[in-house]
Amino acid sequence: MQLKQSLSSWQSIAWLIGIALSIPLAFLIFEALQGESEVFSHLWQSVLWDYTRNTLVLIAGVVALSALIALPLGWLTAYCRFPGKRVFEWALMLPLALPAYIIAYVYTDLLDYAGPVQIWLRQQFGWQGPDDYWFIDLRTLPGAIVMIALVLYPYLYLIFKTALREQSFKLVQASQLMGMSPAQSFFKVSLPLSRGAIVAALALISMETMADFATVHYFAVSTLTTAVYDTWLGYYSLTAAAKISGIMLLFLFVALLLERMSRKTQVVHERQSGVNDTHLYDLTGYQGWLAWGFCMLILGVAFFVPVGILLNYAFHYFEQAWNAEFFTYALQSLQISLYVSVIAMFISLLVVYYQRIEPGKFTNLPGRFASTGYALPGTVLAIAVLLPLTLMDSKLNDWLDGSGFEPGLLLSGTLFAMIFAYVVRFYAIAHGAVESSFVRISPSIDMASLSLGKGRFQTLTQVHMPLLKRGLLTAGLLVFIECMKELPAALLLRPFNFETLATHVYQYVSDEQLELASISALFIVLVGLIPLYWVNRSMEQHN
Amino acid sequence: MKSAIATLLAAVTSLSAVAADEVNIYSYRQPFLIQPILDDFTKQTGIKTNVVFAKKGLIERVKREGKHGRADLVLTSNFSAMIQLEEMGLTNPIDSDKVDKNIPASFRDPDGHWVALTKRVRNVYSSKDRAGKLTSLSYEELASPKYKGKICTRSGKHPYNLGLVASMIAHHGEAETKTWLQGVKANLARKPQGNDRAQVKAVKEGLCDLALGNSYYFGKMLEDNKQRAWADAVYINFPNQSDRGSHLNVSGVVMTKYSKNKENALKLIEFMTDNKAQNMYASMNMEYPVKPGVELSKLVASWGTFKEDSLPLSEISKYRPMALKLIDEVKFDL
Repeated sequence: MQLKQSLSSWQSIAWLIGIALSIPLAFLIFEALQGESEVFSHLWQSVLWDYTRNTLVLIAGVVALSALIALPLGWLTAYCRFPGKRVFEWALMLPLALPAYIIAYVYTDLLDYAGPVQIWLRQQFGWQGPDDYWFIDLRTLPGAIVMIALVLYPYLYLIFKTALREQSFKLVQASQLMGMSPAQSFFKVSLPLSRGAIVAALALISMETMADFATVHYFAVSTLTTAVYDTWLGYYSLTAAAKISGIMLLFLFVALLLERMSRKTQVVHERQSGVNDTHLYDLTGYQGWLAWGFCMLILGVAFFVPVGILLNYAFHYFEQAWNAEFFTYALQSLQISLYVSVIAMFISLLVVYYQRIEPGKFTNLPGRFASTGYALPGTVLAIAVLLPLTLMDSKLNDWLDGSGFEPGLLLSGTLFAMIFAYVVRFYAIAHGAVESSFVRISPSIDMASLSLGKGRFQTLTQVHMPLLKRGLLTAGLLVFIECMKELPAALLLRPFNFETLATHVYQYVSDEQLELASISALFIVLVGLIPLYWVNRSMEQHN
Repeated sequence: MKSAIATLLAAVTSLSAVAADEVNIYSYRQPFLIQPILDDFTKQTGIKTNVVFAKKGLIERVKREGKHGRADLVLTSNFSAMIQLEEMGLTNPIDSDKVDKNIPASFRDPDGHWVALTKRVRNVYSSKDRAGKLTSLSYEELASPKYKGKICTRSGKHPYNLGLVASMIAHHGEAETKTWLQGVKANLARKPQGNDRAQVKAVKEGLCDLALGNSYYFGKMLEDNKQRAWADAVYINFPNQSDRGSHLNVSGVVMTKYSKNKENALKLIEFMTDNKAQNMYASMNMEYPVKPGVELSKLVASWGTFKEDSLPLSEISKYRPMALKLIDEVKFDL
């Protein structure tokens, strides 16, 4: 009886969280189902297919390119020894700190027809106009694919490297003993064994890609995300915008389903002894330098060049970019990111713990519900969040009418709206990180704790939390980075006199003057690096 | 129970309670431009201003927030946003003799639901080297085959271009405008992208010979060390001088229906229509002031006078939804 009661309170907490975080989505779906939308059928007949096709190509492209970059990198750093390997191992995660829109702006400035590279080439070769030569056109669908893949590949790299180290090491050793070449071993052993982890990472990447707004908008690539935006703010049709979001949700469910299915193959309750410092393959001579060159190329293109350009801007425009506003916005960005990451960490812990203590068909539903916000682009999310919050505000005001206090927009007009939106958007990241570290704790530990007379809550706080410390930290830090970068939701949900670094940067970028916000952009990157350092450290110790 | 909760909430929110003497503003216009004007207003009146700056979505936010919203004013960068707010029933008539005196009737809503603050001309930039000064150019000509592969523009869905397309519909009807749009699309040197500055940059580099843009960008580029070379490479041309005149857009202001600080909001509107602020708009953003008699910035004055399209904005704005549809139909941006 005692046990049953405690179970049901865990259950209600988990469901409460799940429902609370999926309320915006529910409102959006409800809105989408509202009657006929003339605007939607017009879009359906004119441009919607182009948008859908662009979205699919974008996702497929980013997924493929990320795999091409991250799989070799993961394998090299997990199993091989080559020059610079120890540095590359963590440095290859650095691009994660760069928002895709910043790298897109920087590269456009650099490689545009009117940018320094092409101007230089024209001067060198005496070309007169665009018809005299061919050059990559960055502001295209392929351009967007490259930009987004460059900042998202680290997800796959991180997850694949960890999977290689934790799961297939002994088997790879065995394959080596049986005389397989490194390539054979990679394709026949490592890749199939890590399939689950790879699919999970790619699902994450495709959701992030679908949610990207700023990059595709800047590149004038029309996707479903930009279509939602146009439809809502151009046609002023929330219903049609919600219907388009519905199409995106279908994609999302496919991604989530793939991710879930892949997780099933991944239940390994052991804290593996990983690779430590023994390496399977010593890459010497030209092979070693080839590996070095590949790592360096990716790192250079995805991190050093864009950061270098930002530094250059910051140096030349220091006086304009370094001002009091910068400090205010930095502080406000840090503040909101901190709130959100702590909340996300805490509630994902509760939900995942419920999944663990009451395994069953439906117990992972709250977690899934709560995770659906991840694929909602910030813009869509902002609408979706405003719908229920303004409704609740208005109910609250009606209810308190005559009590002498008028709360006004207590929920939708304050930081609450932003925090809520961010939690909805990034819960999935925290959930994934916490869940995967929970999986590694054997259920027998729970049983031991319970049989020694500890309750569920005590087991969580005294047994699990110390074991989960790193997983929780990772979860919180990943969310923190994302919050620092988040743009569209912030643009629409900011309360009065509140700016984040991202919105500040965007103001300037949209006026083609990134230089003036270069320090803010660098700061976003810098702040993102600190969590990355910790994530890496915790993983190293973990191994 | 209810009063207890009310007290509690009051206590919690008192932390963020704001002074009574204030105006809350949703601004589509950029901080660099608006903030100095607001600061000056605060200095003169002691009324504090709070602002949310955003490029998009503020109308939707005002609508959603309804009667509990805190915004008193919305500053817009184009006429369609103001008229949209009016159509949604979110505006409060601006009743002020001072405003009526400052701003000519054609730049105010007949019922006072919106007031224009600055004029912005949709002009055509032409390459000094390859196209020269085009004194007799018309918007219609942009569809002429002689400009094949020579035109640059930002997205067709941007309010500035939408306004222009709507004015084409107002003058020529839907079918003719669609053909015109297809013609312009066929003449584009590249897919619509970037903002108005980026177009001038592209002209400078030889990617295209003509570009659509708002006039004030020209002035702003001339003031920027890096961008001066872009502006130096082009002429600014005012289209349709031999017939109806160049298409005008405006920036402006509305007072929200549920404004809680109506008196202060009105004071600010009056301030923004008066000489000082009008002058600041003209000198800082190189826009054309709406108040007659306010001096243009020297630079803007040097571009010469021109004939403005006299069709009322309220007439043009009727065609905005149709303009958007046409742009999607001809897949202008794709």
